[in-house]
Amino acid sequence: MTEIDGDSAVLLLSKDALTALPKAQTGISGLDEVTGGGFPRGRPTLVCGPAGCGKTLLALEFLVRGIVEFDEPGVFVAFEESAEDLAANVASLGFDLAGLQADGQLVIDHVDLGGMPAEATGEWDLDGLFLRIGAAIDRVGAQRVVIDTIEVLFAAFASSAVLRSELARLFAWLKERGVTAVVTGERGDGSLTRNGIEEYVSDCVIVLDHRVVDQTSTRRLRVLKYRGSLHGTNEYPFLIGESGVSVLPITAQGLQNGVSTERVSTGVDRLDAMLGDGGFYRGSTVLISGTAGTGKSTLAAQFCDETCRRGERAIYFAFEESEAEIVRNMASVGIHLRPWVDAGLLQFHCFRPSLLGLEGHLFAMQKSVNEFRPAVVVKDPISDLLRAGNRADVTAMLTRQVDFLKALGITTLFTTLIAEESLTESDEHLASLVDTWLLVKVVDGNGEHNRVLYVRKSRGMAHSNQIREFLLTTQGIELADLYVGPQGVLTGSARQAQEAKERADGAARSDDLEQRRSDLASRRALVEAQTAGLWLEFEAEAKTFEQMVSHGSSGSEDRADQRAEQGRLRGADTDENAPPAPEPADPDDAG
Amino acid sequence: MSATVHALDAEPDDRWLLRLYVAGQSPKSLHAFANLKKLCDELLPGHYEIEVVDLVELPQRAQADDILAIPTLVRRRPAPLRKAIGDLSDTARVMADLELQPGSST
Repeated sequence: MTEIDGDSAVLLLSKDALTALPKAQTGISGLDEVTGGGFPRGRPTLVCGPAGCGKTLLALEFLVRGIVEFDEPGVFVAFEESAEDLAANVASLGFDLAGLQADGQLVIDHVDLGGMPAEATGEWDLDGLFLRIGAAIDRVGAQRVVIDTIEVLFAAFASSAVLRSELARLFAWLKERGVTAVVTGERGDGSLTRNGIEEYVSDCVIVLDHRVVDQTSTRRLRVLKYRGSLHGTNEYPFLIGESGVSVLPITAQGLQNGVSTERVSTGVDRLDAMLGDGGFYRGSTVLISGTAGTGKSTLAAQFCDETCRRGERAIYFAFEESEAEIVRNMASVGIHLRPWVDAGLLQFHCFRPSLLGLEGHLFAMQKSVNEFRPAVVVKDPISDLLRAGNRADVTAMLTRQVDFLKALGITTLFTTLIAEESLTESDEHLASLVDTWLLVKVVDGNGEHNRVLYVRKSRGMAHSNQIREFLLTTQGIELADLYVGPQGVLTGSARQAQEAKERADGAARSDDLEQRRSDLASRRALVEAQTAGLWLEFEAEAKTFEQMVSHGSSGSEDRADQRAEQGRLRGADTDENAPPAPEPADPDDAG
Repeated sequence: MSATVHALDAEPDDRWLLRLYVAGQSPKSLHAFANLKKLCDELLPGHYEIEVVDLVELPQRAQADDILAIPTLVRRRPAPLRKAIGDLSDTARVMADLELQPGSST
């Protein structure tokens, strides 16, 4: 394919064309992601950096993995170290150089430059080296060649002009042979390599660096140039760990993780409710930040407990306490972790972050995760990592960690200790990293010190905006409503007192109502009784009146009868003129 | 072109043993051999032996004998081992590299 330089490649080449550029996978963890599939196949790649940056190891690993993983035999031309030294240096990484040589898959050719004359006696060339490498390539059918470190030649040969042209010829010859070559170079002052050999290797240049910042050493790798290919342009930290070089690309995983809508319970019912619908999203990243002694670890432990209760595994990375201390302390609040450890569901990794350095820490974390395959990872507290590196590095490292864990669908819970006075801003640099951010802090008042919790942010959740009081009971964590009243927010005993007062007030009020109710009832009874009495009276009178009306015509007859009767009783004769008997009382006058 | 040029009239122990590594019949290789032969005939008449190793024919010898540059001349005897690089046209340098002085053979 045609060679197109640098950035224009991105514009001009279609994705198919890009992937069509043949590449040789390095097999080195992370490096293939950064280079978009490996080094350019059949071309030389320059790996340069200062002494001790790991370039020899990287080159050797490229060769060994080529043999072991891709069945591509290799030749290692060593100008600096003998085959024995090389073998001894990498034996701890599990590379069996002697075995690979015996199997006819690897040639290590140590070029001893001792006894070289200072100057040449006339015209010369490097045909001896060409023939030597050529013979080694032919012997094992090598597809990969490493030359480490070719710049040593500049010290051996005085005539650098001849050497330069010979090196240019060497690289052209390697290309002609079709081998994928890695050439290492020593970093120079103000230039990539001390003798400018990058001029001759134009296809792919990898720069390694080894810096000590705050007493912590960090190795970094950058793809400076990769002709005709897309590649990551950042500086990627890399590690030399137990299994070789491991590059930690920040964006290698991209942001294309499958997302889950499944919720995992926090182990605290009311917190689940605060988060909307049953807890954190599976595979999300949770940050619990808070001041000292606010129960961050307890929340984390409760989450682990809940995870194990579901039969899932959890790893707890503790940077301040030992496993025994955590288990004991959590048992005092009713969270019993020992059974989960015994059941193989919970693992503790307790160490001081400064012990390993940031990259070492990340590496150790990835190793543990790959071995244990947990559903949940807790890191308590990540603020301790700041002791092992500066903030930018810690953030970068955490970003890679989050990427790594998200890609595996692992729910991650970080806690971070923040200073009282910088409660809001100190964790802002982490905010974009996490999906759910809980804040626990202490509210002082009434000679007390009470914890409150709220959800500061939670992506994709209809979470509560309420502040809850956060109680550590012997049964674990409980959340209580805050009392918000005229005196402000009340917590602790003030809240309890307020609740009691409210209960008492409530009782008094209800007594009063009861009294009023019964008063009303009796008044009603009275009114009803009076009304009934009046009705009775009225009805009786009305009845009398009715009777009077109905007997009105016969009244005179009665009077005549009475008179007759009176007369008769007096023994009088029946006299029509006798005075009439007095009238009976008129009913109308009676009342 | 792997050949040994013997001087005829010296005792084996007195002879200088020189080995010249070349790559085929290149001009540099031919010049080197001619220059060496001339110098030896001048300074070591009858007391030298030149072995020519052609790495094109015997490429494995490059690694075995640790050869990079072509031509390379190695003084194998007298000890210690000395090396000279190039086509040996700079006679003074060759003599310095090999510690070869007029009358070395005596």
